[in-house]
Amino acid sequence: MRAEQSYIDLFTQYEDLICKHSSPVLNHFRKDAFEAFERLGFPSLKGEDYKYTDVARSFAPDYGLNLSRKPVPVNPEDVFCCDVPNLSTSLYFIVNDSFYERNQPNVVFPPGVFAGSLKSFAEQHPELVSRYYGKAASFSKDGVIALNTMLAQDGFVLYVPEGVKVERPIQLINIFRSDRDLMANRRMLVIMEPHSEARLLVCDHSIDDVKFLSTQVVEIFAAEGAYFDFYDLEESSVSTTRFSSLHVEQGASSNVLVDGITLNNGLSRNNYYIDLNGEGAQTYLCGMSILDREQQVDTYTYINHAVPHCTSNELFKNVLNDRSVGAFSGRIYVAKDAQKTQAYQNNRNLCMTREARMFSKPQLEIYADDVKCSHGMTTGQIDENALFYMQSRGISKEEARLMLSVAFTSDVIDHVRLDALKSRLHELVEKRFRGELARCSTCHKIKM
Amino acid sequence: MLDIKNLHANVDGKEILKGIDLFVKAGEIHAIMGPNGSGKSTLSSVLVGNPAFEVTEGEVTFEGKDLLELSPEERSCEGIFLSFQYPVEIPGVSMVNFMRSAVNEHRKYKGESPVSATDFLKLMREKRELVEMDSKLTSRSVNEGFSGGEKKRNEIFQMAMLEPTLAILDETDSGLDIDALRIVAKGVNHLKTPRNATIVITHYQRLLEYIKPDFVHVLYKGRIVKSAGPELALELEEKGYDWIKKEVEGE
Repeated sequence: MRAEQSYIDLFTQYEDLICKHSSPVLNHFRKDAFEAFERLGFPSLKGEDYKYTDVARSFAPDYGLNLSRKPVPVNPEDVFCCDVPNLSTSLYFIVNDSFYERNQPNVVFPPGVFAGSLKSFAEQHPELVSRYYGKAASFSKDGVIALNTMLAQDGFVLYVPEGVKVERPIQLINIFRSDRDLMANRRMLVIMEPHSEARLLVCDHSIDDVKFLSTQVVEIFAAEGAYFDFYDLEESSVSTTRFSSLHVEQGASSNVLVDGITLNNGLSRNNYYIDLNGEGAQTYLCGMSILDREQQVDTYTYINHAVPHCTSNELFKNVLNDRSVGAFSGRIYVAKDAQKTQAYQNNRNLCMTREARMFSKPQLEIYADDVKCSHGMTTGQIDENALFYMQSRGISKEEARLMLSVAFTSDVIDHVRLDALKSRLHELVEKRFRGELARCSTCHKIKM
Repeated sequence: MLDIKNLHANVDGKEILKGIDLFVKAGEIHAIMGPNGSGKSTLSSVLVGNPAFEVTEGEVTFEGKDLLELSPEERSCEGIFLSFQYPVEIPGVSMVNFMRSAVNEHRKYKGESPVSATDFLKLMREKRELVEMDSKLTSRSVNEGFSGGEKKRNEIFQMAMLEPTLAILDETDSGLDIDALRIVAKGVNHLKTPRNATIVITHYQRLLEYIKPDFVHVLYKGRIVKSAGPELALELEEKGYDWIKKEVEGE
């Protein structure tokens, strides 16, 4: 049986249940998404964009779903407090794919700001949800987005009204918690109205050793002059598979930073689509992964310079140990009229073993004639001269390798625009390389 | 302190050192001179354990230990220091981190506990002043964007931090202007004690005006072909290497 069939059957059988435990705005798209999924199926290995990730195979096993939204017996704060020291955040939890309503942080946001479940936001602002939900992440071309749209029942929303600055960073913890193999369909919607400002840090964790599969669709709308940071930190487990699709639409003079960091995972496919739709928009898209064992990260980026005078800066780095596999495919599209575009792409990879593999493919499609664009890609080994130089000063080979690995990732972390998070990341990365798995020091039970 | 006997070494299968004998005692300064390609840098690389070089014959004893059995990091901790002819840039590793790791590895080797943050910074400041190095340099990544002179000064700074028993200066004078040369030499002389020794590898006699050697050796075609007192350096400066080459070829 095709992997798709079980999801088609599931939806046909449980459509009412799914809708019952969701909200009308989300249900509105379900039928169309279902039809799109039936038509598209999962992306195939034969296609150009999914050469290195066998999507159907990832979805084939029989995962459980919590369609009737049974409460999960867990208090996230008991098992988890991912506090980044000196970074006080407004903290929210998603357990599997349900927003955790209890233990809401005691914060007073500026008037109009909303952070919370998609379901309750849809009740308060149905007009906003129907204006934005599903508008950046189109399900008509991507089978995984279609599947997510057809199954997602809730999600997280951040809404910042015009001119409002949210000073304190907002943190969302995605927790996988289950006694049996489980699939979660996560959804995130960020609406930044003109000249608003906010920062969102999302951390993915898996608590149990069972197999987890997530689909995750993130839509970010940054209107004119908005300033937004999105940090996405995955510290899940080797038995966690994640399909993430992040979509950003930027208005004029907006400034968005997206930083995707994989410290621990099983298999992750991370898609990033950035649409620069307003003149003077700036985007910083960066990320890194530290991989070992059979871990795999497949990164796909698409930056669309649709209008003139926009700037994009892209930097992705991978450190691959053991038999891990990395892939990077980065496309920059500059439309015919998008003059004075500046687009810089960088992908640097470090293979620490002979068995580790990295596939990298920069793609520039430029139709304007007055632009500055560059791309650079390197995949190599650790610098033997530097290694020997350090040894000759008494530093052991092991320690020197570690220091050089940490150094390799430092410029990605330097892009972080929150100082406390930056120093915390330096610490986590070093711990990760030391094999002292990158768990937060205060987490009690996070297995890696 | 250092006893080299009949040392042969290859690089890429080609024999570069063809039987070196050298004996260095505590308190001495030895200069090794010689024309290009004679094996001077190979000798220093072999002594610090550069894996690109293969020792095929001979032995090296350092403070009673078989040096060739030790890893590069162990040699460093035992007290050997090489000032590199071409110091390596290490982007992303700060000088502070680099030096702290090195100092702590040395302490660990001796069974001492890691240095405290305040003591370490004090030590850094003290040694930095010795080589007149700008504090901006020590807050940067190792050698990254340093000028040639700054890199050499940084080598002597590291030497001051690690206080080696045997320092090998490989062409430390190359690329230095006269002021930088004076500062580097001052650092080296300041660190000189009756308990340590220095090997100065150089092309020119110039550096030896500042660092006075007790012995001068001429290395040619992988062998030490002449050893004498400091006057040999002056003679070489005046007459060049040709007469030595002729002497050797004439044998």
